[in-house]
Amino acid sequence: MEVTLNWYLMLSALLFVIGVLGVLFRRNVIVILMSVELMLNAVNLTLVALAQNMGDPAGQILVFFVIAVAAAEAAVGLAIIIAIFRNRLTVDVTEINLFKY
Amino acid sequence: MNASTLILVILLLPLAGALFCGLVGLFVPALRQREGLIGFVGTSMVIVPFLAVLYLFLNFDGDAIVVSFYTWMAAGDLSISFAYRIDQLSLVMTLVVTGVGGLIHLYSVGYMHGDPGFWRFFAYLNLFIFAMLNLVLGDNLVVLFLGWEGVGLSSYLLIGFWYTDLKNSAAANKAFIMNRVGDFCFLLAMFLLFRELGSLDFDVLLIQGPSLNKGVLYLIVFLLFIGATGKSAQIPLFTWLPDAMAGPTPVSALIHAATMVTSGLYLLARLSPLVLAAEGIMALIAIVGALTAIMAATIAITQNDIKKVLAYSTISQLGYMFLATGVGAFSVAIFHLVTHAFFKGCLFLGSGSVIHGMHDVEHQLQSSGDSGEFDAQDMRTMGGLKKFMPSTRITFLIAGFALSGIPLLSGFFSKDEILFRAFESASTNNYGLFVWGIGIVTAFLTAVYMTRSYVLTFEGEPRWPQAKKIMPRESPWTMTLPLWVLGILSIVGGYIGLPTVFAHGDWNLIHHYLGDSFGGPVAEVQGEANVALSTEWILLALGATIAIVGVAIAWRWYSKHGLAFDETLRARFGWLYRVAERKYFVDEAYERVIVKPLIGSAEKGFGPFDNYVVDGLVNAVAFITRGLSFVLKYIQTGIVQTYAMAIVIGVILVLVLMLFG
Amino acid sequence: MAAQILFFLLATVAIAAGLGMLLSKSPVSSALWLILNLFCIAGLYLTLNAEFIAVVQILVYAGAIMVLFLFVIMLLNLDALPDVNNIEWKRVFGFTLGMGVLALLWFAVASSLDILPYKISAGRAAEVGSATSLGEVLFTQYAMPLEVIGILLLAATIGAVMIAKRKPV
Repeated sequence: MEVTLNWYLMLSALLFVIGVLGVLFRRNVIVILMSVELMLNAVNLTLVALAQNMGDPAGQILVFFVIAVAAAEAAVGLAIIIAIFRNRLTVDVTEINLFKY
Repeated sequence: MNASTLILVILLLPLAGALFCGLVGLFVPALRQREGLIGFVGTSMVIVPFLAVLYLFLNFDGDAIVVSFYTWMAAGDLSISFAYRIDQLSLVMTLVVTGVGGLIHLYSVGYMHGDPGFWRFFAYLNLFIFAMLNLVLGDNLVVLFLGWEGVGLSSYLLIGFWYTDLKNSAAANKAFIMNRVGDFCFLLAMFLLFRELGSLDFDVLLIQGPSLNKGVLYLIVFLLFIGATGKSAQIPLFTWLPDAMAGPTPVSALIHAATMVTSGLYLLARLSPLVLAAEGIMALIAIVGALTAIMAATIAITQNDIKKVLAYSTISQLGYMFLATGVGAFSVAIFHLVTHAFFKGCLFLGSGSVIHGMHDVEHQLQSSGDSGEFDAQDMRTMGGLKKFMPSTRITFLIAGFALSGIPLLSGFFSKDEILFRAFESASTNNYGLFVWGIGIVTAFLTAVYMTRSYVLTFEGEPRWPQAKKIMPRESPWTMTLPLWVLGILSIVGGYIGLPTVFAHGDWNLIHHYLGDSFGGPVAEVQGEANVALSTEWILLALGATIAIVGVAIAWRWYSKHGLAFDETLRARFGWLYRVAERKYFVDEAYERVIVKPLIGSAEKGFGPFDNYVVDGLVNAVAFITRGLSFVLKYIQTGIVQTYAMAIVIGVILVLVLMLFG
Repeated sequence: MAAQILFFLLATVAIAAGLGMLLSKSPVSSALWLILNLFCIAGLYLTLNAEFIAVVQILVYAGAIMVLFLFVIMLLNLDALPDVNNIEWKRVFGFTLGMGVLALLWFAVASSLDILPYKISAGRAAEVGSATSLGEVLFTQYAMPLEVIGILLLAATIGAVMIAKRKPV
């Protein structure tokens, strides 16, 4: 059976959902951030697969940009986590709830 | 000097004057008491337009000039512009408004001297002139209505000028609200006209209007007539005018004698082709006018306040004008309007001069500690003023004679023409004789009450306290000059409309100017009836005799007996006198039938409705929001993952919609 | 044949690594599992002829971003903190949501089997992912976003430093 585009798309969907479950379930903020990275990677996989399929490099250019933005986002996100840790001495997301009613 | 520029000058100068006086008074306290400046600006902003109108009048060649400045609204089939029209009728009206208005502005400089609201007065007065000019110069019913409402507003502001006294505010409210009833009917008429003819321009209305279906036409003219009764104080909407005397006397002179109250007449004259086509309504107009005339005249005899007498006199004379309209003599109604502006304006200004003097007496009495219940306007405490106020006395007398219809004065010519036309119309309708008869009786009554007023005020011995020591003075030149001008006009103003007996009406200048058989804008009854020349002379003589006899016997009665003669009248006429004195209980009737039920339904019906339903709705909204928030606040857990879950739910919804929607 | 075996191998390891990251107790091991995942995805990129992107992925993602994560985890000394790393097993509802998303996405892919084209010619395929063709497009058509990305990275750098630095005592 030939490996077609659909296989890649379904794989990336699965990885994406694993990332979503990570965001919803883990209490450690850093692990949540890592799950977000996983989601971004899944999307990148989709983009590259489609770019290959349609013969248009624009998809890969977009992946390039996504990786750059993910790097920036990871840096700033971790900086924020460090700042919060300094104040609250916790990285448990259920305890960082100042916006509670 | 083309017409557009002149029209702009005429219209905008009074508006500028109003803005100047108003803004200066509001924001520059230092200038508020500079009566010279404010008075000069206010007055000149009316005199200059008068000169402009005079120029237009002298150069008028007979073709109507229509200038349109700006399209105000254009929606669907409706297109209304600020369009103004110069023709014979509007020229006559504008001359009266700016001429008499200018004189009254000058008078006000003297009369309102020392009043802290001096600047406000002139601002309102100029505003009134602006609105009135819009009314008479407009080329479509909408601009006319704009002016109509504007004069109503100015009237309200000026009647309640001394607003700190609640009675004055109440009078202003009464005037405005009663006018509103009339305005409502006017609006309905406008809606109907637009629906039938698709336009509100006079060109369209005057040409296509008369050929409308009779039922609709009758309704329209009837509604217009009700609107006119509101503004011109006829039955049923007249009780506001006597109350309006609470305003300063120049206001009473300008608005409630010379100009605003004539707006109703102007409306009917302008739309005369339509009114002529509605014969049944013409009968109504004539009869209502006649009945109003005689009713007001009977009330005037019983009144003690000098201004109230003149107010009822105005209602009565307006009744004459409506009478004329009802028999188809529109241009004669306008003629009487003009002469009435002269002599009634003069009378009101004269009464203001008297009141001015009596206020002086009041102040002197107060400083000597003796004023008590002194009313400066009550004729019972006047008397003998001819020694102290000669100019006022002479002009008041002249104008009074003119009003009574003494021959060769202006009022004689106009009133007689009205009666003659009423008599003449009897050959083509069945009410002419009736209204003629009422007119004759009213003429007699007019002479009586006017002479009574004069004699009680100026003749005899002074009746106020300490009359030997305290004496009033004549008013300043700013007040007596307009009196003299108007007095002279009351004499000569009638010669523009000499009766038909002379040269078969060829010397009736105003008729030739306005009437449409001579190219003017005002419609005329078709077919002059053939009344014999001798009959005309008899009628003329009859009118003259009644006036002279009325004046003579009233002079004799009141000179001889003074106030005591009122008691004689009361005894002689018993219940009739009492009813007239109580103004036929009209106010009481309105109070019982209209006002009390309205207030009651507001208190019992709308009050609770407002409290429970409207407020309830508002409170319910707040209540629901609070309730919802009590429930919904638990979504805000503060934990990021909750929000992430919400996002995921959203994603699912979007996917479902995209895949299956 | 070989291509399929390669794909299934890489796919399986990627999924396993993802689950590993999801389920492991210590954050350090989560990070390591994620690195494994990233390598697998890089391999998948290679099977798709996207060589440039694969290398960039390893260099930047696995080599820089994950290293940064590990730095922070060790800086905060998270292993020493108790109980933070648990999974809340009570969230069944969330689980079903996730499954729902998955089902919908698979359905979307499966139902468009006939719409998506399968393969392009081999020659073109090899060319698409090369650095040359990417460079050509990047520096002409997408030059502006490139510059903007530069500014974005600058902003992120400054932002990270400002947020995380210790306030002077």
